[in-house]
Amino acid sequence: MSGSVERYSSISQEQEEQAKAQRIRAYWRANTILIRNLLIVWGFVSLGCSILFVPLLNHISLGGVPLGFWMAQQGSIFTFVILIFIYAIQMDKLDRKYRK
Amino acid sequence: MSVEAWTTVFVIISFILYLYIGWRSRVKDSKGFFVADRGVPAVANGAATAADWMSAASFISMAGIISFLGYDGSIYLMGWTGGFVLLALLLAPYLRKFGKYTVPDFVGDRYYSVWARLVAVVAAIFVSLTYVAGQMRGVGIVFSRFLQVDINTGVLIGMVIVAFFAVLGGMKGITWTQVAQYTVLIFAYLIPAFAIALILTGNPIPQVAFGFSDIIEKLNQVQVDLGFAEYTQPFANKSMLDVLFITIALMVGTAGLPHVIVRFYTVPSTRAARYSAGWALLFIAILYTTAPAVSAFARYNLIDSLHNKTVTEIQQLDWATKWENTGLLGFDDKNGDGRIALTPEEATSEITIDRDIIVLSTPEVANLAPWVIALVAAGGLAAALSTASGLLLVISSSIAHDVYYRIINPQASESQRVMVGRVMVGFAIAIAGYFGVNPPGFVAEVVAFAFGLAAASFFPVIILGIFDKRTNREGAIAGMIIGLAFTAFYIIGVKFYGMSTWFLGISPEGIGTVGMVINFFVTYIVSRLTPPPPLEVQEMVEHLRSPEPDGAPLSDIGEEQLD
Repeated sequence: MSGSVERYSSISQEQEEQAKAQRIRAYWRANTILIRNLLIVWGFVSLGCSILFVPLLNHISLGGVPLGFWMAQQGSIFTFVILIFIYAIQMDKLDRKYRK
Repeated sequence: MSVEAWTTVFVIISFILYLYIGWRSRVKDSKGFFVADRGVPAVANGAATAADWMSAASFISMAGIISFLGYDGSIYLMGWTGGFVLLALLLAPYLRKFGKYTVPDFVGDRYYSVWARLVAVVAAIFVSLTYVAGQMRGVGIVFSRFLQVDINTGVLIGMVIVAFFAVLGGMKGITWTQVAQYTVLIFAYLIPAFAIALILTGNPIPQVAFGFSDIIEKLNQVQVDLGFAEYTQPFANKSMLDVLFITIALMVGTAGLPHVIVRFYTVPSTRAARYSAGWALLFIAILYTTAPAVSAFARYNLIDSLHNKTVTEIQQLDWATKWENTGLLGFDDKNGDGRIALTPEEATSEITIDRDIIVLSTPEVANLAPWVIALVAAGGLAAALSTASGLLLVISSSIAHDVYYRIINPQASESQRVMVGRVMVGFAIAIAGYFGVNPPGFVAEVVAFAFGLAAASFFPVIILGIFDKRTNREGAIAGMIIGLAFTAFYIIGVKFYGMSTWFLGISPEGIGTVGMVINFFVTYIVSRLTPPPPLEVQEMVEHLRSPEPDGAPLSDIGEEQLD
């Protein structure tokens, strides 16, 4: 009888291990997808709107300033700050969801 | 009270504050000395990181450089802020989770190799030394310009102050003085900026005045009238490709600089590391979004008040004569028509302007009280000292922790480790002071080195170490060495031996981007061709990627009291 209990507990332990490994994998996948999406925005705003598309965007005027120029000297920096806080807040959510 | 008296008062008060904080945060054990007991709240670490990161160059020279480059100056604005996104998303949380003391610690453990550790130690020391030499010089210059003290005496005073809180308090002392230094430097930067914004546009907030007034339009018009390119004209000085490469190199270099990375070892949790990066960039952004506004306002104001004026009119401007005496501003009526004209060509231009004058002269141009000018001096000193102390600790911990404790004497006791740490800080200060007094002529040139090398060495191997489990020792060492060698070869060749910029015309400042790509490529390929890393290393990577156990207190991101 004691033998069967042992076998039972070792099976449930194995299952728990597997569930845990799966949970960590899911957490990591969610994390990397979030990072990828935020970095796409990062690249689009800084390397795209503030460098590559500047000649184009400068035809548009924001307030009294050409948009491409404003993006490069102000807009991109504001975006960077927002991106980091979005990441921290979203990761809090993922932490709560996958932590056990 | 005169400007000198005010400056003396401000400098002495701020120094007493730093000394007091240093004394209060003195430490006994290695955890306190190297990582401030991992007890720094996220907001405080953010402020400390901001002060650590913003050097004398950011404070004094950056607005001036942008003022002369116009749009092209954006490489510094974006390059020196965009890297924090990479740091927050890709590096800081995992390195904090790894939870050791230094950057070479991670490289050495993740790549299970003394050689990898040593390559990382050499790179960390080299990067930090090039940087710190410039900071000590900056301290000396501020002293000499504002207090008429000899530059060498100024360097010496700076050394004594840094030595006091860094030797006594290690990382803990440095952290809390950096928080104080951030406060000093940001007030010193903002007050004159608010004043000049108000005078020129009627709106005191520089960021708003910059975007929503006609000042940029007027500046563009004035520039064109004088024969310059429009201020907002992109790629007037550098090609689009060069701007792109330099920006990426500065961003990636920022994320790979050891004195910034180690700051994230001092917070209590992974979660705090993420928030802390956000606070750091927010605090940096306050200065970095003000700087381009100051650049444009000051340029407009300088042209407006100096161009096409008669010699006697200029002599009536107090600040113009004062700065002319320092040699930073020069007038010479070359064509003898009795009027002073600014033109794009150096040969015919009758006004010469040093870029440092943009920030330093703003308070006087805006007619502010003498104590504001004194505050700017204290701010410049705070910027230089905070950066210097962070760099000195990296040099000390690289030797005391990575070489002495991890390689030479793993049995060392706590007190031995702290003692070696203190001695090494002292040693590093002496070297930095030496370079401050006898500045090597190539300091300006080697700053490109610091970023290029950080980009081409640390960044790829740390990223791959976390995001690619298959990356192994062989790959990392090959990648670091080849990335470093290529970058160093290009920079040295172009800067010192007149080599052409044969790689797509990329200037040496931007070549770190290419070195980084080469490093990624080599590390990846070599890792696939050699045996995978041992099981325990793979498990370590697995651990870095898993969520933190429950129960991390809210106070770790600074929502509770700061203590």
